[in-house]
Amino acid sequence: MGRIEDVFRERKSPAFMGFTVAGDPCQKTSIRIAKALIAGGTDILELGVPFSDPVADGPTIQRADERALSSGTTTDTIFGIVREIRKESAVPIVFLKYYNTVLHRGIRDFYREAHESGVDGILIADMPVEESEEVTRIAAACDIAPIFLIAPTTTDARIRKIVKQAEGYLYLVAVLGVTGVRKTVSSDASDLLRRVPMHTDLPLALGFGISSPEHAGACAAGGAGTIVK
Amino acid sequence: MEGKTGRFGDYGGQYVPETMMNALQELEAAFLKIHGDKEFNRELFSLQQEFAGRQTPLTFCGNISEELGCKVYLKREDLVHGGSHKLNNMLGQGLLAKHMGKKRLIAETGAGQHGVATAIVGAALGLPVEVYMGEIDTRRQALNVFRMELMGAKVIPVRSGTRTLKDATSEAFRDWVATVLDTYYLIGSVVGPHPYPLMVREFQSVIGREAREEIVRREGRLPDSIVACVGGGSNAIGIFHPFLNDDVELIGIEAGGKGIGTGEHSATLCAGEPGVLHGTLSYLLQDADGQVLPTHSISAGLDYPGVGPEHAMLKDNKRAHYAAVKDADVLEAFSFLSKREGIIPALESAHAVAYVMKNAGRFDTNDIVVINLSGRGDKDVSEVSKMMGCT
Repeated sequence: MGRIEDVFRERKSPAFMGFTVAGDPCQKTSIRIAKALIAGGTDILELGVPFSDPVADGPTIQRADERALSSGTTTDTIFGIVREIRKESAVPIVFLKYYNTVLHRGIRDFYREAHESGVDGILIADMPVEESEEVTRIAAACDIAPIFLIAPTTTDARIRKIVKQAEGYLYLVAVLGVTGVRKTVSSDASDLLRRVPMHTDLPLALGFGISSPEHAGACAAGGAGTIVK
Repeated sequence: MEGKTGRFGDYGGQYVPETMMNALQELEAAFLKIHGDKEFNRELFSLQQEFAGRQTPLTFCGNISEELGCKVYLKREDLVHGGSHKLNNMLGQGLLAKHMGKKRLIAETGAGQHGVATAIVGAALGLPVEVYMGEIDTRRQALNVFRMELMGAKVIPVRSGTRTLKDATSEAFRDWVATVLDTYYLIGSVVGPHPYPLMVREFQSVIGREAREEIVRREGRLPDSIVACVGGGSNAIGIFHPFLNDDVELIGIEAGGKGIGTGEHSATLCAGEPGVLHGTLSYLLQDADGQVLPTHSISAGLDYPGVGPEHAMLKDNKRAHYAAVKDADVLEAFSFLSKREGIIPALESAHAVAYVMKNAGRFDTNDIVVINLSGRGDKDVSEVSKMMGCT
């Protein structure tokens, strides 16, 4: 977890978080893509863990998940991909995933193995703060940052609840909707960048629909690290 | 009202993206407010009577009773306007959407019955409707697609994943994530995040309340067994719930497809394990890695890898029993009921009939068995005629 904090410590310029789906299109190429992102200067590597029913994702990531799963990607191979990356890089690695594959393996086992393979943070896209108590406790015991989403529809009361549980950084959802390319950055993003800092000192990352260097630049000017996905 | 906290035992909950949370909390508050509201319930009751055709009959089936050796009654949800029990839930949720000031209705559908019910309600209440339907289902239930479109709904074929109900549901979720502010998502079964399983059960319980009153009036006692098909499980919960505290056997019948051993089935409670899909923790058909498995059923309405969380609880605490019947037995039951009683059941409901046929030996002559005939089979006749080899 210290690796995530190091990224933001005394930082002057915005951080860049690159995203790719682990195992897409196959294990070998996926490792090459991750390494290329790191070589290209990603400050935090976000790895999507493929799921059969990714309800928060648009068609681009759905297809990536399908490719990864049909090439035989499993939780074991994903931990293998992380270990491969860790051999060469100390860049923080954050999983973005859905709850069922954690639950099915056993929450404790999943987080322990994630930590051992070198994962720094886990964001579960379908786990709101209300359902997260057990997971957050286990994450803390395994030294993994529980990352939470804050959406344009999140009320200030919920933001206060979320920042109590969250560590590492907060993931602000820049659009009302699923992941995928958008033409412009919505005004929702600037609204979040204004509201959230009133309740927390955690670093803010902005993702969903950040589709070009221009988008990223605009968000960074508003005070966010950005995630391209 | 159990289930109020969003949990049925360990099952249920709200496993959804953050974007939806505010909308779900708003929905829960609105539902709890109207649930005991006299004015709302009067409005709903009058729609049930004057528009949907309730109360539905409880039909004694003399011919099959004699043949099977027990007293068989059918609760005739096939006679509800639209052709299935689905409208019970839709009238309730549609009215609620209107009270909440929502401007647009979306829904997912498998067999198309829920989509049709949504289209009916949208037309009646003057709200635009968009229905997500798996591409495969749009083909095998083409008649229902036409009915929806005739009533002004837009049917959106879903081409991702399995191209059936599971992926139609995922697409409806994705739509709602982007449109929560002005759109009401009408979930068609007792699945999905809280408050849907609770709310849909409350709107469907009218089935069991009527059945209970009517059987006592006719027979002077409660039935021995109640049998209903289970996909998501809304017709089953609807008829089970008013009998939960009685000494009445409750049997839910899942789609055994080509046989549980073949892997080609939708028998979630019989063959699944606890897991999270579409916002709820319940039983789930999944592989060793927690990926959701493709399902199969002769009936599009049962072709779903999840099941309502209240059924998961009723299975674990053994208050209800769940079994599966195969496609071939369902086809036999479809013909049997049609020929003997002049009632063509939906393929979904024919699962419940098939169970009673196959297990007639379990029942004594004086046993009263109520089958929930959740829908009529008109939508299925063209597919069934193909399967029976007459074209």
